[in-house]
Amino acid sequence: MSLLEEGIASAAGVGISATRPDGKEKARGDFLFSNDLSAEDMLWGQTLRSPYPSAKIRKIDFSQALAIDGVHAILTADDVPGENIFGLEHPDQPVLAFDIVRYVGEPVAIVAATHPEVAKSAVDAIYVDYEQLDPLVNSQEAIEAAPIHPEGNVIRHLVINHGDPDAVGNITVEGEYEVGMQDQAFLGTESGIAFPSADGGVDLHISTQWLHSDRDQVASALNLPEDLVRVTLAGVGGAFGGREDVSMHVHLCMLALHTGRPVKMVYDRNESFLGHVHRHPAKIWFRHSADESGALVKVEAKVILDGGAYASTTSAVLANACCFSVGPYRVPNALIEGWGVRTNNPPCGAMRGFGNVQTCFAAEAQMDKLARALSMDPVELRLLNALKSGDTLITGQKITGTAPVKEVLTSLSEHPIPKGVKGDLLELPGGTGRTTDNSHVKRGIGFAASIKNLMFSEGFDDFSEARCIVVDGEVSIQSACVEVGQGFVTLVNQIVEETLGVSEAVILPVDTSIGSAGSTSASRQTWMSGGAVLKACEAVVNALILELQNENGGEYEKVGLNLVPKDGSDSISIAVALRGRNFDEHVTHRHLPTFPLDHNGQGNAHVSFAFAAHRAVVDVDQELGLVRVVEIATSQDVGRILNPVQARGQIEGGVAQGLGLALLEELVLIDGKIANANFTDYLLPTAMDTPPIEIAAFIEQPEPGAPFGAKGIGEPPVISSTPAIVAAIRDATGFELNRVPIKPEDIALNGL
Amino acid sequence: MGIAQESNQYELTVNDSKYVISGSWLGESLLYVLRERLGLYGSKNACEQGECGSCSVMMDDVLVCSCLVLAANAEGRAIKTIESVAEGSQLSDVQEAFIDTGAIQCGFCTPGLLVTIHDFLDSNPEPEESEIKEAISGNLCRCTGYGRIVEAVQLVSIRRSGRDI
Repeated sequence: MSLLEEGIASAAGVGISATRPDGKEKARGDFLFSNDLSAEDMLWGQTLRSPYPSAKIRKIDFSQALAIDGVHAILTADDVPGENIFGLEHPDQPVLAFDIVRYVGEPVAIVAATHPEVAKSAVDAIYVDYEQLDPLVNSQEAIEAAPIHPEGNVIRHLVINHGDPDAVGNITVEGEYEVGMQDQAFLGTESGIAFPSADGGVDLHISTQWLHSDRDQVASALNLPEDLVRVTLAGVGGAFGGREDVSMHVHLCMLALHTGRPVKMVYDRNESFLGHVHRHPAKIWFRHSADESGALVKVEAKVILDGGAYASTTSAVLANACCFSVGPYRVPNALIEGWGVRTNNPPCGAMRGFGNVQTCFAAEAQMDKLARALSMDPVELRLLNALKSGDTLITGQKITGTAPVKEVLTSLSEHPIPKGVKGDLLELPGGTGRTTDNSHVKRGIGFAASIKNLMFSEGFDDFSEARCIVVDGEVSIQSACVEVGQGFVTLVNQIVEETLGVSEAVILPVDTSIGSAGSTSASRQTWMSGGAVLKACEAVVNALILELQNENGGEYEKVGLNLVPKDGSDSISIAVALRGRNFDEHVTHRHLPTFPLDHNGQGNAHVSFAFAAHRAVVDVDQELGLVRVVEIATSQDVGRILNPVQARGQIEGGVAQGLGLALLEELVLIDGKIANANFTDYLLPTAMDTPPIEIAAFIEQPEPGAPFGAKGIGEPPVISSTPAIVAAIRDATGFELNRVPIKPEDIALNGL
Repeated sequence: MGIAQESNQYELTVNDSKYVISGSWLGESLLYVLRERLGLYGSKNACEQGECGSCSVMMDDVLVCSCLVLAANAEGRAIKTIESVAEGSQLSDVQEAFIDTGAIQCGFCTPGLLVTIHDFLDSNPEPEESEIKEAISGNLCRCTGYGRIVEAVQLVSIRRSGRDI
């Protein structure tokens, strides 16, 4: 699997470890990220943000700020040309606050100046007279509290009522759980540059996940027709959900149009933490009941997700949290009630794992509790209840695709367990800080499994467009699919090689001159935009065959990468036949339709499901509360592996983020204000924190309807890795540990 | 604050070339000057407080975070950035290994890691895995989980020693 075991990749095509076409530029430092762009005569933008979680704006006076030498524009809500409202799924958030601020960090005014430090000085010189209000920061109280927004505090209330409400098993376990606010913490902060254009429109170059969603929101706020807002992808330094929402987009365009000059904006790390949505903090109650054999009879849950001040994707995140709350298990009866609520905390939205993360952490803890209550092995209990193809989810949807949960669980449980506690200080909890020695260290092993829906759900018209352009045999691909690091650009080359036999395609600039590819999220782009590119290439082959048949009279059959004349004459390779010819095929790819959930939370709301399991081995120093993750092993249902090295990269990266949520990463809120909005205090896993990640098995059962049979692989690694680590720490310590991230004091001071 | 009043002129030596910096604010970091005044955008700015290593450069053969160095203080020092790692179109062995092993995803941390790893392998050509992890623990990567990066370093070590893979 790893390159050292496999040897260096030499071929291309689907299924081999092709290398990234942008690898050389990225290794040289030549690849242009969005903050590497500049222009003649460019100004720097800066944002004034609310210091309060809840306040009325009485007055804004920027006369002193505007007088600073080098300041070219200061704009407020009064200057928003169109609708002063935006939102990814539902517009409810002001571009610039106009009467009330609802979270710490809400944009109030924007500045353009000749130097970033001058712009910062101007921001500091703007006077805003606020009348502070009592902030609403408790998500549970938010359900009944006075509304903090004209649309009320409950963004969505979802009930899933499945099976017999009176059913109950003999063995019941109950628990309350909490998940803290995690951040995507992509390394390249938000940045972009906007150019005013002669036609009165604007060209925005920005790092994002979904160009067309940005375009529509910007056009509405600027009161411009969509064709005058042209959005071009600029190099993206990671995303993980945090770039799905509009951040600086409208601000940049407003400043560029107002000053008539290009304007660049780069958030610093602190502002980045304020400037994008986070993973929803969750409060979760579960009651699981099973019969004496261990078969699940009923699951009940209440889930509260804190959406912060504005809706973003809260509604869809809540749907995932509830629909998949019970995990990859057969549950005949369920009553799940979820609330996505508004508070004066920072807005929350998409992050890798999208709702499944929160309930998986709680539900997997419940499965371990249930196993203990039954005196059963936790893996046995999971195997007994494992979903399989043909089973029904708690939403009443029958799984028609593959569901190799048993295979995932079995292959992982059979994988060898690493040897005992080591003596090397580098390998102990505390590491080179020499804060421990191995006499205090206890080892624990934990296991967890997960389910993730792929693509957009609940009736969303989910599609991706692609063009395959051939000019004298040279192939170019156009798609608005955003490369965020996941390797779509590699896959494009692989698909072109696989279908046309041409080893390298030109990937045209990614912009809004073609239709939408949807978001790079929801583990969907291989299926959706990979599928679109595949169809576009196949359309070229069909057009080529037609052309040959028209020229030569006979019929051709496609065999592999060759076209074979039915009259028995010599076959010709597609790549050779394309030389001297031109084609331009534009296609749209859709997955099968999905449907809304009904009032009982029932319906065929989802497309396809991917499963994974993780096993964590940890060493814990109970006295100091230090944890070292020794190893994570995983098996994952992937449909089919298209690029083994890239698949491994997704898994290793996802597991590291799951480890972060288990042990390190939380935005700490004090009265709605983030207390640790920097990399000194918001701790990301380093190489020292991240253990070797063993892939016990890729379970390859091609998914019907999926291009190449491949399921998305980006999200499952982040979902069940967190509960596996927590289970391992419970195993080592015997503590309940019902909240993540687990802090040293949760272990060292447990019970004190 | 007026930028002009606080401006001055100084000279930087970057990748063996001399640059005169004039009309700048003396508070600018070496990272800002490299990027925004010299157009050397390879050094990245992910935290600007010395936590992430994205802006790593060599200054007189010492690995530093360029975000923590005042540019004007770097006068007279030999600064080497990611842009000097390849020789013309020829990538360095570490750059090649990063591509081969899949150590690059979004690529934002890549330049800083490459500068760090070149420095590390110069002093420790055949490192243990734990030594590699410690050496790169000052460079944050959010995409890869570090596995492919560690493997890239191991691959370079093997290739340099002439051992078989």
